[in-house]
Amino acid sequence: MYESLLKVTDKYDLIAAFAVIGLTMWFSYWVSGRFTRGRVHGSAIAILLGLTMAYLGGLFTGGEKGVVDIPLLSGIGLLGGSMLRDFAIVATGFGVNIDELKQAGISGVIALVMGILSSFFAGVAIALAFGYTDAVSLTTIGAGAVTYIVGPVTGAAIGASSEVIALSIAAGLVKSILVMVTTPFFASLIGLNNPRTAVIFGGLMGTSSGVAAGLAATDPKLVPYGCLTAAFYTALGCLLGPSLLFILMRGIMG
Amino acid sequence: MIIYGVTLLSVCTLTGITIGQMLGKLIGVPANVGGVGIAMILLILAGSYLNKRGLLDVKTEQGVEFWSAIYIPVVVAMAAKQNVMGALTGGPMAILAGVSAVACGFALVPMLDRLGKDESKTSAAPATNS
Repeated sequence: MYESLLKVTDKYDLIAAFAVIGLTMWFSYWVSGRFTRGRVHGSAIAILLGLTMAYLGGLFTGGEKGVVDIPLLSGIGLLGGSMLRDFAIVATGFGVNIDELKQAGISGVIALVMGILSSFFAGVAIALAFGYTDAVSLTTIGAGAVTYIVGPVTGAAIGASSEVIALSIAAGLVKSILVMVTTPFFASLIGLNNPRTAVIFGGLMGTSSGVAAGLAATDPKLVPYGCLTAAFYTALGCLLGPSLLFILMRGIMG
Repeated sequence: MIIYGVTLLSVCTLTGITIGQMLGKLIGVPANVGGVGIAMILLILAGSYLNKRGLLDVKTEQGVEFWSAIYIPVVVAMAAKQNVMGALTGGPMAILAGVSAVACGFALVPMLDRLGKDESKTSAAPATNS
C-alpha cells in the first residue's frame, strides 16, 4: 500500500504537492476564520504551518530541505522551488500601478543600501559580542545577516573558515524565517499598508523568500512592490560584501 | 487564449532573469542582479502597451492571473522546504544576528518612509517636530 502510494507520488510529484498544499491552505483559512475571526490572515497561518512541517521534516530525516526530504512530499520542492516562485512573483507584477512605483523609486534605492548596511552591522555587532575579532569572520557573519546567500559568497571570497560560513548561513536563515513569520504582526506598527512602504520594506529586508512570504501574509496586493526592490538586494550584497564592507572591516579591526 | 497570457509571462520572466544573469556576470557577482525585478517591469510595460492597443483580451489576462493567484500556495510550499532545523540549530549567535538584522529592518521602515516624504514636500509642508 505504502509502496504503491510512493510510486504514484514519485511519478506525480507536482500533483501531490498541489493536493497537500491545497489542503494546508484550506485548513489554515478554516483556522483563521474559526479561531481568530480572520484577524490572523489565513496565508500567515499556512506559512507558519509550512515552516513547522519543514522543521519536523528536518527533525525526522536529518536533511536540509524541510519536507522535501520526505519521499511522499518531494513535489513540494518543485512547487516551492525558485522556478515557480519567480514565475509567480513576476505574475503578481501584472497588477502594479506604474505611478506608485515611480514615486517610491528613490526611497527604494536608499532602502536597499540602508538595508544592507544595517543588517551587516547588526550581524557584526553580535559577532563582536560573541568574541570574534578578526575582520574575515566579522565580515562573513555580517554578510550572513544580509542574506544566507551573501554570507557564503562573501566568506568564500575572503577565505573564511567553514564553521564561520555555516554560522553566516544560519544567521541568514533565521532572518529569512523571522521576516516570514513576524511581518504580518509588525505591519500596522510600521505603516506597512501601502505600495510605498512595501517598496521600502523590500529594500530593507531584502531576503527574497522572507519578503515574498511576509508580504503575502500581510496583504497580497503589496507583494510585487516589495519583491521588486528585494530582487536587487542579494546581488548588491554580494557586490558590497567581499569588497567595500570587507575593506571597511579590515580598516576598523586593523 | 489562456496560453497567450502564460507565454507573455514566460517570455518576460526568461528575458528578465537572463538580463539579471548577464548583469551579474558583467559586474562579476555570482548572483542574479534583479532578474525578477526586471522581468516584472517588462511584464508591466508589455501589459500596458498591449492593453492600450486592445490586444489583451480577458482570456489572455487569465493566463497571467492564474499564476498570480497561485502565488500564495507557492510561498507556502517554499516555507515548507526551508531549512528551519538548520536555522534553529545554528546556535545563539546565528539566531541573535538574524533577530537583530530583522529588528533594524523593521525600525527603519517608518524612518525611511518619513525621509522620502519630507524631501518631496519640503516647501509645501510646514515644519513639524517629528
